[in-house]
Amino acid sequence: MSLWSRHQILEKNSIVLIIGILLVIAIGGLVEIAPLFYLKSTIEKVEGMRPYTPLELVGRNIYVREGCYLCHSQMVRPLRDETERYGHYSLAAESMYDHPFQWGSKRTGPDLARVGGKYSDDWHVTHLINPRAIVPQSVMPGYPFLAQAALDPSEAAAHLRANRAIGVPYTDEQIANAAADMKAQADPDSEGADAFQKRYAKAAVRNFDGDAKRLTEMDALVAYLQMLGTLVDFKLYNEKANLR
Amino acid sequence: MMSFGEGGLAIAFAATAFLCLFAAALTTDSAFAFHAYLGAAASIGAVVAICNRYFSRPADLPPQEIDGRPNYNFGPIKFAAAASVFWGIAGFTVGLLIAAQLAWPALNFDLPWTTFGRLRPLHTSAVIFAFGGNVLIATSFYVVQKTCRARLAGDLAPWFVVLGYNFFIVIAGTGYLLGITQSKEYAEPEWYADLWLTIVWVVYLLVYAGTILKRKEPHIFVANWFYLAFIVTIAMLHLGNNPALPVSFAGAKSYIAWAGVQDAMFQWWYGHNAVGFFLTAGFLGIMYYFIPKRAERPIYSYRLSIVHFWALIFLYIWAGPHHLHYTALPDWAQTLGMTFSVMLWMPSWGGMINGLMTLSGAWDKLRTDPVLRMLVVSVAFYGMSTFEGPMMSVKVVNSLSHYTDWTIGHVHSGALGWVGFVSFGALYCLVPWVWSRKSLYSLRLVNWHFWIATIGIVLYISAMWVSGILQGLMWRAYTSLGFLEYSFIESVEAMHPFYIIRAAGGALFLIGALIMTYNLWMTVRSTETAEIMPQLKLQAAE
Repeated sequence: MSLWSRHQILEKNSIVLIIGILLVIAIGGLVEIAPLFYLKSTIEKVEGMRPYTPLELVGRNIYVREGCYLCHSQMVRPLRDETERYGHYSLAAESMYDHPFQWGSKRTGPDLARVGGKYSDDWHVTHLINPRAIVPQSVMPGYPFLAQAALDPSEAAAHLRANRAIGVPYTDEQIANAAADMKAQADPDSEGADAFQKRYAKAAVRNFDGDAKRLTEMDALVAYLQMLGTLVDFKLYNEKANLR
Repeated sequence: MMSFGEGGLAIAFAATAFLCLFAAALTTDSAFAFHAYLGAAASIGAVVAICNRYFSRPADLPPQEIDGRPNYNFGPIKFAAAASVFWGIAGFTVGLLIAAQLAWPALNFDLPWTTFGRLRPLHTSAVIFAFGGNVLIATSFYVVQKTCRARLAGDLAPWFVVLGYNFFIVIAGTGYLLGITQSKEYAEPEWYADLWLTIVWVVYLLVYAGTILKRKEPHIFVANWFYLAFIVTIAMLHLGNNPALPVSFAGAKSYIAWAGVQDAMFQWWYGHNAVGFFLTAGFLGIMYYFIPKRAERPIYSYRLSIVHFWALIFLYIWAGPHHLHYTALPDWAQTLGMTFSVMLWMPSWGGMINGLMTLSGAWDKLRTDPVLRMLVVSVAFYGMSTFEGPMMSVKVVNSLSHYTDWTIGHVHSGALGWVGFVSFGALYCLVPWVWSRKSLYSLRLVNWHFWIATIGIVLYISAMWVSGILQGLMWRAYTSLGFLEYSFIESVEAMHPFYIIRAAGGALFLIGALIMTYNLWMTVRSTETAEIMPQLKLQAAE
């Protein structure tokens, strides 16, 4: 039969076979991925979204480094039980500055997309050092070493610059003051605190880890956890605006 | 005279060593410095090895043929086979440890290097890329030579692929323990490891395609189509998922070029096709060679293998969005992902039928040959998990199963049952063939391995079915007054007994693999004194 014998062209010519494979495997990805870069629903701008502060960004990098995403999702699905348990379902815009995304794929622990503000800083510090001190049934590892690890703000500007190069809109001023801002966000009494808050609207300025003398990885991680899901004010968000 | 390849490679490695030392001197990041020194040491080692080999080898490179028969190159295959056993044991052991950590969290020891979050990528990479990858390299290099009746292309290139790939594994694995990760599941290694893997992979493709180009057979055998699709597609996925900008060229940390929803789609386009092409297409290549060979029967249907091949590779690529159901990914993309995942059931079962029915007329061998039984049961597990997968990709099912242990159970019925068993079966065939031994040390031990591992898999996957569905139901349970019935931590507590059963299943699987290691070791050792055989004899198996 002709079709079957025509397949012999592929079987007898390795270059044609490789080109055939390439064509066949390229289609699905092109159709599914390319539109995501220009469709309105995936690139919408939502009131309240801002780039991470230098301290939050370091906290996020610690979150990535310790593999938190392996047990905690950051993606509330529009299902009744999830919106009641965790809050408003997640928007695409809420991860627009996330390089990489942290939606996760498993909930050994609860979703963290809207954990910001749910617990006190003190709760987080105690819980991160020894989860079972607060939740006896927890199977989460303890991270006591975070409270001991000092942060070095000297590379903060380089991190912001790298993010700007791939599309996060940090201003020149934010980059120039990155190291100072990192210290100021964890030190409300410092001189830089006011200038910091002008650069990052509504960002929290607190001594997150309870240790006023040192800037630690614990400060950064708690600062990150406490801002998760808090940028968009859902009292003002119009979910009909993006319906087509 | 030193060949162009030897000279060029020695110079390239010398330059790499210099580059690594330069990076180590500049960096303030101690983990990155460790990797830079490892890179320098390995590069210097490579230069020394290339020079040593040059001075000790005969003036001419090994001939392509001896007395009119192909002079097969088995050295790199032996290394990859041994490496796969080593990494397999390492990967299964770490898997058992992290399974135990979920049952008894004190086993995290609260040290940076031993927490679940750092060990889990070590487990997944060790079993998928280190164990599975070495099995794929070993078998593909064997199959392509035998079915093309040609010596592996390249002189140093096959060694570069095998050793370079394993060096990538070392960098990736030690990196996870030190906290170097870009957090993209199954693509965690940072930018410099990704660059190195790209080079290794391109050489892999060149060696593989180069051998096919030299073939003495007019047709390219079906197993090679699958291996080729695996190599080509993994290259595309790797490049698409990993573009990143390092903060500094003297530091490990980088930021992925993609953000948010686009990054999520790239990730699961990659992630699901790491399953589809690394863990499926590649291992189907194994199925299409080793099952007919072991059963001494032709492949059931040639036309079915054509349909199987093209339908499988076309449909698989679309399936990624089923990892993102009900997320911020647009609905149309989710629906496309679901539709293609359900369609994927058909070519998957077509392949299963082609593998199983190859035993027509040889079913009796299942009673006497435990190696064949392992290969055939792997195909049965393949059929089971390729039914379960499409079912879980249906959105309503996924709303329950997603984020739960059901996913973990599904992955392991595929990984332990299909990938694990087909790899073990292939290793049991391959080791006697490439070491030119008459037979395995003990078929009785293969039988023990088979049954212990099978019981382990059954314990594992049934524990995860129960825990996953229980978890999903508890999360969405409401009281008669309309309140959520359970707090999250109650669902965590309910998992405890199943996590213990799962760990027990994993332990049995590990014991089985240790039995295999002993068996293969004794097979290689068995005629050690009589090993001095001329290269020619190696063709006896064909």
